[in-house]
Amino acid sequence: MAAVATCGSGAGTTGSAVATASKSNVTSFQRRGPRASGTNDSGPRLVSIAGTRPSVRNGQLLVSTGLPALDQLLGGGLAIGTVLLIEEDKYNIYSPLLFKCFLAEGIVNGHTLLVASATEDPANILQELPAPLLDDNSKKEFDEDVYNHKTPESNIKMKIAWRYQLLPKMEQIGPVSSRFGHYYDASKRIPQELIEASNWHGFFLPEKISSTLKVEPCSLTPGYIKLLQFIQNIIYEEGFDGSNPQKKQRNVLRIGIQNLGSPLWGDDICCAENGSNSHSLTKFLYVLRGLLRTSLSACIITMPTHLIQNKTIIARVTNLSDTVIGLESFIGSERETNPLYKDYHGLIHIRQIPRLNNLICDESDVKDLAFKLKRKLFTIEWVQDNYLRQERNIYPPGFSYLLKQKDSAWGEGSLQHSTFLMSFLAKATAFASRLVRHSEPLKQTGSGRIHQAAGPRLWHDGRRQEAPGLLGIPP
Amino acid sequence: MFVELNNLLNTTPDRAEQGKLTLLCDAKTDGSFLVHHFLSFYLKANCKVCFVALFQSFSHYNIVGQKLGVNLTVARERGQLVFLEGLKSAVDVFFQTQEEPHPLQFLREANAGNLKPLFEFVREALKPVDSGEARWTYPVLLVDDLSVLLSLGMGAVAVLDFIHYCRATVCWELKGNMVILVHDSGDVEDEENDILLNGVSHQSHLILRAEGLATGFCRDVHGQLRILWRRPSQPTAQRDQSLTYQYKIQDKSVSFFAKGMSPAVL
Repeated sequence: MAAVATCGSGAGTTGSAVATASKSNVTSFQRRGPRASGTNDSGPRLVSIAGTRPSVRNGQLLVSTGLPALDQLLGGGLAIGTVLLIEEDKYNIYSPLLFKCFLAEGIVNGHTLLVASATEDPANILQELPAPLLDDNSKKEFDEDVYNHKTPESNIKMKIAWRYQLLPKMEQIGPVSSRFGHYYDASKRIPQELIEASNWHGFFLPEKISSTLKVEPCSLTPGYIKLLQFIQNIIYEEGFDGSNPQKKQRNVLRIGIQNLGSPLWGDDICCAENGSNSHSLTKFLYVLRGLLRTSLSACIITMPTHLIQNKTIIARVTNLSDTVIGLESFIGSERETNPLYKDYHGLIHIRQIPRLNNLICDESDVKDLAFKLKRKLFTIEWVQDNYLRQERNIYPPGFSYLLKQKDSAWGEGSLQHSTFLMSFLAKATAFASRLVRHSEPLKQTGSGRIHQAAGPRLWHDGRRQEAPGLLGIPP
Repeated sequence: MFVELNNLLNTTPDRAEQGKLTLLCDAKTDGSFLVHHFLSFYLKANCKVCFVALFQSFSHYNIVGQKLGVNLTVARERGQLVFLEGLKSAVDVFFQTQEEPHPLQFLREANAGNLKPLFEFVREALKPVDSGEARWTYPVLLVDDLSVLLSLGMGAVAVLDFIHYCRATVCWELKGNMVILVHDSGDVEDEENDILLNGVSHQSHLILRAEGLATGFCRDVHGQLRILWRRPSQPTAQRDQSLTYQYKIQDKSVSFFAKGMSPAVL
């Protein structure tokens, strides 16, 4: 989409140009250089960029966010030209991990990075990036941590570790990987040679803000103005928007901005309800999005929205961003002890998914998502999976085919509940499903036989009690 | 242009009313499909359209427009469509000093005064060309969307003034139509947005309100559309007519049905 945007015919939008409908409208910002790759078609020419792929729905060019589970929830990945806003969790523990995975994905794919932060030196941020799982040795350790998706039994090869099939069979670690989406080991650091081989630019606010401003004051805070100029400079100098005649760029720029909106950026929306610069952040986001739309870049922003006093600003910021994800960690909240959230570290809310070049968007049907940081890997799961796993410990395996219909998300809940109720009342639990009338016959995927050890521990004498007044069940 | 929506609104591109202000409002959902509808509707009705697109880029509207049967690039070259791409212009205004007043001049100013340059742009775009033959039927102003102006630092009153000036010029003087999209913030107390929304809905002849379902997300019913016909100039002796439908957005069209009558449920 970014490339298509740059090719919009040079019709300027200045007032004088309106009366004439000619194509040779001259704006002060003239594009004379070769356009960014693939002017009108986002097809074969753009796919040649490493680490990108076109979306199946609208042909939009996508990059991976660094977490394949998140990619899937966002409809394949993050679209180039868009902003991914991450609302930080309360103690800022998990959002830096997503931020770093995004940057690490850029290094592994050979993309150019632009890291902006007011808290940490970008060089230090890059040192702390997680190591990618690329070689065969780590596959065994990865096996246990993999995302436990309950796919139908047709996937005979991989039942539990089905994600394992996606892992590449690569032997060497190289800076350029042709795969889309990698897994990262949060406990190891990225190899130094990968960082040195990559092309990155850092923006550390305390260093940049000391120099004098050359632009006339507008209502943006100086930090934001400097950052916008820095980004625009990099985009122009390295040719990501196709306007520089000397540079022909066939690469993607990944921009990461950390803790945007925090007081360290000079913005007071986290301190006061009606600050003096309440439009600073929203203006910044608008101009940033304008820059992104006309270049081959994707941006991740983490923002401490839980600190913003004025809820209006949060709503406006959400509207001005393309994709918005909120992280909510369980630390310190009463959800930590809730058995439904056992083993999970927090919830992940997909607040907004953009509609790009389309009337509809790829909204995932699963809304209750939780994440956990298991030793090394950051996984995202459907909360109900946990509940189902616990249920499976209580109910006999013969019922699993009823309970595991994740995709219909309890749409046939009455069927499942009525069957499980019947199981207590029926003499032989294996046939309880026959008691319930349902519209289409369900295939029994388990053996149907009850293992006494796993049966409902409700009877003291080991015999099932007869329920009065029910249909007679053959023993 | 969605044929079903035309039927609901009882209009066709050939015999649409003139001098009307239509307000598109969305609450908890995305109402941009209505913008695409009206854009293709008026382009097919052979009107001269001025599109102030502040929210998305030109290529986005173009690609969706092609699905709905209009080609924005061709319309722009022919002179039928005047397109102000907010995102691109904002970058231009912000990084380069402009010699002449730019429609989005307020981005550079510390205390944004008014939207006069933007109004001048609209007036310049829609003024009738004295070429003798009338190529276009009537002018139309399309704004997507007005809440962005609030986010960019304009006050609600300044935006209302802009709408008033545009209405006087486009609807009354040039006998054209206006279509405006405003987000409804809902339970977030955005006072400026509420002022703006109330002000514009008071002046509008037709209000289309896209709401998310009260029960939450549903795969088969994407939302609810409320249509309200108003007569702001005449005293409301008769009650304003209002209809409610639910809709599902598909790849190239939107299907409407009465509440609870979704084909998926029946």
